[in-house]
Amino acid sequence: MSTPEERAVLVERGGLGAPEEERRAIRVARRERFALLLRSKTFLAGITIFGVWAFCAVFGELVAPYDPLGGDLAAEIGNRLQAPSLSHPFGTDELGRDVLSRVIGGARDILTIAPLAALLGTALGTVLGLVAGYFRGAADDLIMRPVDAFLAIPPVILGLVVLTALGASQWWLIVVIGVLFAPIIGRTVRAAVLAERELEYVQAARLRNERAPYIMFAEILPNVYAPILVEFTVRLGYAVFTAATLSFLGFGVQPPSPDWGLQIKDTYISINAGYWWPTLFPALAIASLVISVNLITDGLSRVLGR
Amino acid sequence: MIIFAAAQILPGDVGRAILGPFADQRAVDQLNEELGTNRSVVVQYADWIGGILRGDLGDSYAFRRPVEDLVWPALQNSAKLALLAFVIVVPVAILGGVVAALGEGRFRDRVISIGGLSATAIPEFVWAVFLIIVFALWLDVLPVSAQAPDGAGVLTQARYLLLPALALVFVLFGYIARMARAGTIEALDADYARTAYLKGLPRRTVLRRHVLRNSLLPTIAVVATQVGYLFGGLVVIELIFNYHGIGELLYRAVQRQDFPLIQSTVLLIGIVYLLATLAADILYSLLNPRIRLAHEE
Repeated sequence: MSTPEERAVLVERGGLGAPEEERRAIRVARRERFALLLRSKTFLAGITIFGVWAFCAVFGELVAPYDPLGGDLAAEIGNRLQAPSLSHPFGTDELGRDVLSRVIGGARDILTIAPLAALLGTALGTVLGLVAGYFRGAADDLIMRPVDAFLAIPPVILGLVVLTALGASQWWLIVVIGVLFAPIIGRTVRAAVLAERELEYVQAARLRNERAPYIMFAEILPNVYAPILVEFTVRLGYAVFTAATLSFLGFGVQPPSPDWGLQIKDTYISINAGYWWPTLFPALAIASLVISVNLITDGLSRVLGR
Repeated sequence: MIIFAAAQILPGDVGRAILGPFADQRAVDQLNEELGTNRSVVVQYADWIGGILRGDLGDSYAFRRPVEDLVWPALQNSAKLALLAFVIVVPVAILGGVVAALGEGRFRDRVISIGGLSATAIPEFVWAVFLIIVFALWLDVLPVSAQAPDGAGVLTQARYLLLPALALVFVLFGYIARMARAGTIEALDADYARTAYLKGLPRRTVLRRHVLRNSLLPTIAVVATQVGYLFGGLVVIELIFNYHGIGELLYRAVQRQDFPLIQSTVLLIGIVYLLATLAADILYSLLNPRIRLAHEE
């Protein structure tokens, strides 16, 4: 009896004979992997925390006890900077807004920006990596040389300078992070494609006179999905990191949005005066989100065998 | 060239940015004339490159002082902070990585690996917030500002720098520990380690003489590449701890659209990064006889 991993490898290499049998084997392998994933404690913990934030991002208004933007500010100014209590579990900020509601509301900002940025980066990087790895030679040099130069500049610094030029906004933030990440993902995909392109099934496709885009996207891409999926979750973690950092510096989401990085930027000065709650809770939110993404990555990369 | 282009695309009128939105247009025009910012991009670029070749970085628009006077003290301050962070993180991370490798697959390995990875993924400013709240506010044992009073001794300065350095340490730890772990596992599996065990050497001797020597090489190279990422963290950390380093300078320059200052700081960061990579290469070949001898042959 072979292990699910071994069977999966056999299936991916297309070595299991009759098409029907092969399709069934693929389904079995997939189900076994999924079961393996669900048995991993770290993965389950990660998915649970992530799920809570995703729920807040979608149904924030229904869960939050107050309006994260404060509604009638003049009425609430009397509530400003109240320590955590039963009516305000996370306290209130300097404008009298409920911190718990703002933390719940902030989930939507980061969970819009980070996944979109990671998705954009992965899509761009996959195309770059496929083209560079499949064609090698001139195309490879043309793509990988600038990539090397690009990687020499720290991403936050590059993001800072570019976002100043473009103007700070949520949408530019997504584009900039996506483009910054594409070369890194491109490198991983290229390495996977280099190993894959020498295999028989690619040669067979070439002998059938298939066109290059077909071979790249229909033949090679399904076989390198595992490293791409893992890379996507890794990048998702870094996208949260970079987006939060740039928002903290004031180059991302703009006020009065309850974005977590922005909340910390607006409140950290008053920690010295003893008002720690408007800063601590969004910071804990960011930390728990990145840790959950990391646990998911860890579980996935174990099951997908990397 | 890339740096110059990026800085020049920054929209906006330099004179306007310095004098504020309510300044008289004539004053703005005059200031632009004075600073030379109303000339064409090509002329300004030639001027900038020429200046660098002569060792002149130009004048800051916003601070109205030579860029050199601003950049060097800032770089020194950042170097102090970075040095303290590295002095703490390198031994701790290597120890963590080796401990994880020796218990590969066991509980302590999982804790160190996942903990390190999570520590690395949490942004610097979030760590900074935790550290400030716990150590400066609740325990009240360390200062919030990183800027020591003038004329303070080395130890006092280190005390002020401890919190910002720790925030950097957390973020650097995971990556270095992971490399140390991977290097140690590889060395443990190598033939020479098995031979050493089989000829009856005690475990300690095998680890010290055979495993660690080989496993730490790639780790050293990685430490140098982290210098680049460190700069990204410095911007945030220096801002939150109100420390006058190169990151804070860059942040202020970007806010004021101070082109000469932006260009010089980014250029300088690039140079430091290149030098660190170069130093790592040299160190690596000095420590690794295989590379050193291959060159001599």
